Amino acid sequence: MPLFAVLLLAAGTYALRLAGPVLRDRLHLSEGLERLLSTAAAVLLVALVATAALTQGQGFAGWARPAGVLVAGVLVLRRAPFPLVVVAAAATTALLRLGGVS
Amino acid sequence: MRSALRTLDRGTLRDIALVCLADALVGASFGAIAVSGGLPPWVPVAMSVLVFAGGSQFAAVGVVLAGGGPIAAVVTGFVLNARLLPFGFAVADVLGGRWRDRLLGAHVLTDESTAFTLRQRDPKARRAAYWVCGLALFAAWNIAVLLGALAGGAIGDTDALGLDAAFPAVLLALVLPSLTDRSVRNPALAGAVLAVAATPFLPPGLPVLLALAALVPAVRTVLRRTPAPAARAAEPAGEAR
Repeated sequence: MPLFAVLLLAAGTYALRLAGPVLRDRLHLSEGLERLLSTAAAVLLVALVATAALTQGQGFAGWARPAGVLVAGVLVLRRAPFPLVVVAAAATTALLRLGGVS
Repeated sequence: MRSALRTLDRGTLRDIALVCLADALVGASFGAIAVSGGLPPWVPVAMSVLVFAGGSQFAAVGVVLAGGGPIAAVVTGFVLNARLLPFGFAVADVLGGRWRDRLLGAHVLTDESTAFTLRQRDPKARRAAYWVCGLALFAAWNIAVLLGALAGGAIGDTDALGLDAAFPAVLLALVLPSLTDRSVRNPALAGAVLAVAATPFLPPGLPVLLALAALVPAVRTVLRRTPAPAARAAEPAGEAR
């Protein structure tokens, strides 16, 4: 990984980050469009959860990880505290792997 | 910064600290993986400071370690980060109009800082959540990557600790409350199904972006509402959403 590649990725990523904060002021967005933007962020985050939970590369991630995330989801719905949710997810996945489930 | 800390309730601060801890463990493993794969320690360290996006850092280093070219690594990382563009629009209000805030604040835009910001309603709390989460995560991530790179192969397999389940669990906990609203839940679930179904066929990063296709009905509703109110009244009732 040469330095120019690191700098290129850094510059591209920064441009993606800066575009919203800079352009948002210049565009006069209707209220509906503003709501659409925050819905879009939620849609992307949920898609990120689903793909990170279920897939690895272009294949299935195995059962241990989605099982951990499922436990987390159930705990969130039961209003469990956030630390418990995260620790339970990791512990479920780790224990399943220890038990031979990949 | 001190007033930002006071604006947030203790629960939110605790949640941010926990996310920092979880990400620090992942960051340490990133540093260790890159160095034990044969890259010089400055590569993961420089990437973490300058790129500061975990998923794309793993992906880019993964491409290089698998024998791919640097351009392929850059393109893979860039596509993975494309979601930051809509995130930037969604949280633009917290960065205000000052250039210093925008230039600095944009760099700490991440999945996590976006999710913590979306969870707050009050403008002051949104601002505080964004900055505290963004800056704390930046510090935690970079220190952890440096330590991981120095420790190298001494760090064990983080998959055995189930840390790969922690990242989706964190995001799920943050985003789930917003799904009580049906106008968010329906496109979010449809988008998640689309993204997972497309994963075997598309390069990394694109499936998540494809989820935005689930917004098409909502976009059409917004566009239809944009004309004068008279046009809205004339709309057939059956089509209203």
